[in-house]
Amino acid sequence: MFTSLPGVLFDGVAYGSLLFLMSIGLSVTMGLMRFINLAHGAFAMLGGYVCVVGMTRLGVPFLATLPIAFAAAGLAGAVLERILYRRLYRRGPLDQVLFSLGLTLMSVAGATYVWGSGQQPVHLPRFLLGQVRLLGVDLGVYRLFLVALVAAITAALVLLVRKTRFGARIRASVDDPQASAGLGINVTRVFSVTFTLGSGLAGLGGALAIDVLGLDPTFPLKYLVYFLLVVVVGGAGSIAGTLAASLLLGLFDVSGKYYVPAVGAFVIYGLMVVLLLLFPGGLRRGAR
Amino acid sequence: MSAAAAVRLPDRRWHPAEIAFWLGLLAVVFVFPGHLVLGSQVLITGLFALSLDLILGYAGIVSLGHAAMFGAGAYTAGLLARHGWGEPLSGLVAAAAVGAAIAWGTSFIAVRGGDLTRLMVTLGIGLMLYEAANQAARVTGGVDGLSDMAVRDLLGVFPFDLRGRTAYVYSLAVLFAVFLACRRIVRSPFGLSLRGIRDGARRMPALGSPVRHRLIAIYTVAGAIAGIAGALLAQTTQFVGLEVLGFSRSADLLIMLVLGGAGWLYGGLIGAALFMIAQNQLSSVNPVYWQFWLGLLLVAMVFVARGGVVGAMASARERLLGRAAR
Repeated sequence: MFTSLPGVLFDGVAYGSLLFLMSIGLSVTMGLMRFINLAHGAFAMLGGYVCVVGMTRLGVPFLATLPIAFAAAGLAGAVLERILYRRLYRRGPLDQVLFSLGLTLMSVAGATYVWGSGQQPVHLPRFLLGQVRLLGVDLGVYRLFLVALVAAITAALVLLVRKTRFGARIRASVDDPQASAGLGINVTRVFSVTFTLGSGLAGLGGALAIDVLGLDPTFPLKYLVYFLLVVVVGGAGSIAGTLAASLLLGLFDVSGKYYVPAVGAFVIYGLMVVLLLLFPGGLRRGAR
Repeated sequence: MSAAAAVRLPDRRWHPAEIAFWLGLLAVVFVFPGHLVLGSQVLITGLFALSLDLILGYAGIVSLGHAAMFGAGAYTAGLLARHGWGEPLSGLVAAAAVGAAIAWGTSFIAVRGGDLTRLMVTLGIGLMLYEAANQAARVTGGVDGLSDMAVRDLLGVFPFDLRGRTAYVYSLAVLFAVFLACRRIVRSPFGLSLRGIRDGARRMPALGSPVRHRLIAIYTVAGAIAGIAGALLAQTTQFVGLEVLGFSRSADLLIMLVLGGAGWLYGGLIGAALFMIAQNQLSSVNPVYWQFWLGLLLVAMVFVARGGVVGAMASARERLLGRAAR
């Protein structure tokens, strides 16, 4: 079946929104502490499994599992940050890469042990299925729901960062942790809270992504490149940059897979290398 | 990467332990004649780890895509052997050239930027090559792999046997030759300037050291060695699978090198041996458990045992010597 160009673009936007939700936490933590966290996808996977278990074993409705997925991933993030991550902020990139790679491998093995290696099913409620016709284009209701939800979350995040005192602390800590600490900002606490929030958002994204990207134990490794790519291209620590990079990546990936399937994933990796060449400091800094 | 190693000036003499190490590797032929196939794989992976050690342990470049050059070398040798050029040694030379060419071509983007950018660019290049090999199935065999190679007898005299005797001795000889070259490189003024770049990239330009050129040079050398390792694998197993370019090959390599200890040249060899023997024993029991324990080992190592096996040995030796001097 031939899907029209607006339909493909819309799918790209929906996919990009998911990427944004799953990588924004990584972007902020990388911007804040320069921590290279390859295990971020594990939190998204945890959210996904919490959603599946809630739905299939406990009979919780899909929408109600989303806050639970958020909370579970956030809690896991908070605990790990407190006992492990915090000790490595001052270490070199190699230690951070090894540590988070180890964590990822453990999460993959753990998920295989508990849930098996197969794809997990998701049962969306009836009102999120099907398509609607909008301005002459058929749009999936679930994807519309995704885009709306991510838009709302993005607006809330922007308000949080721009308008609240806590947001000011985050911005100050990203710009200059030392000076911020000197001004009496508890940078460590700011980071804990941000890490928790970021892990939670990743968990939420993981739960929402099951229908689009699927869910199996290799999830953290399969999408690792995408998360890192979003952060590197968008510039660590920037909401606008991360959003722009996610949407760009989503659009290119979906339309690449749709129109030139023979080239496949090549589009994404090529795009990444080109973008890194053009904007070594990320889109935002490159445009400045 | 301990401070003790950085301050000690190069010493050209061979330590008795080093001589014992190489004699031990040679003795494997006679002591474990039944394990030479695994043995040659260990040696090849050790050679591959040695090439990563040059850029990671000495120049401080964290790469997540080192399999790109390894895989390119493997495909070069494999394709040559398949299409009628089965002479092994010239296959190695060709693979080294291809590995070096790819490393040199990508070095301009791989050595610039911060650690995160480097990580991403090396990862991206590795993934791109993997996709390219996957798509060019008519040339590379795609997911089915490349087989039907006719590798000729080594030096025209020694055929590659099923027990892996020729493969082992061949791999060991190549490994030793490359090791000598690496030993020479890291003890030269060039090698010292690399360590300077690793430990203080901002200060080295002030000393007049052309940081970018040095990094490009060592990246290219490492690429050539990775290409040789890939070619050895292709020639000794007479098969090239798509996984020679895979991400997990790069990631496992990094793990091996760190397990053994980066920045000592021997670390990669010891790490590769430990990793592959453990993998051989454990993953036959259950591959999932293997992955879990590997992850746990990595996390534990970052917290308690930085410097790997060789690093731990060196610091134990320092402690002993220090006590004796007192």
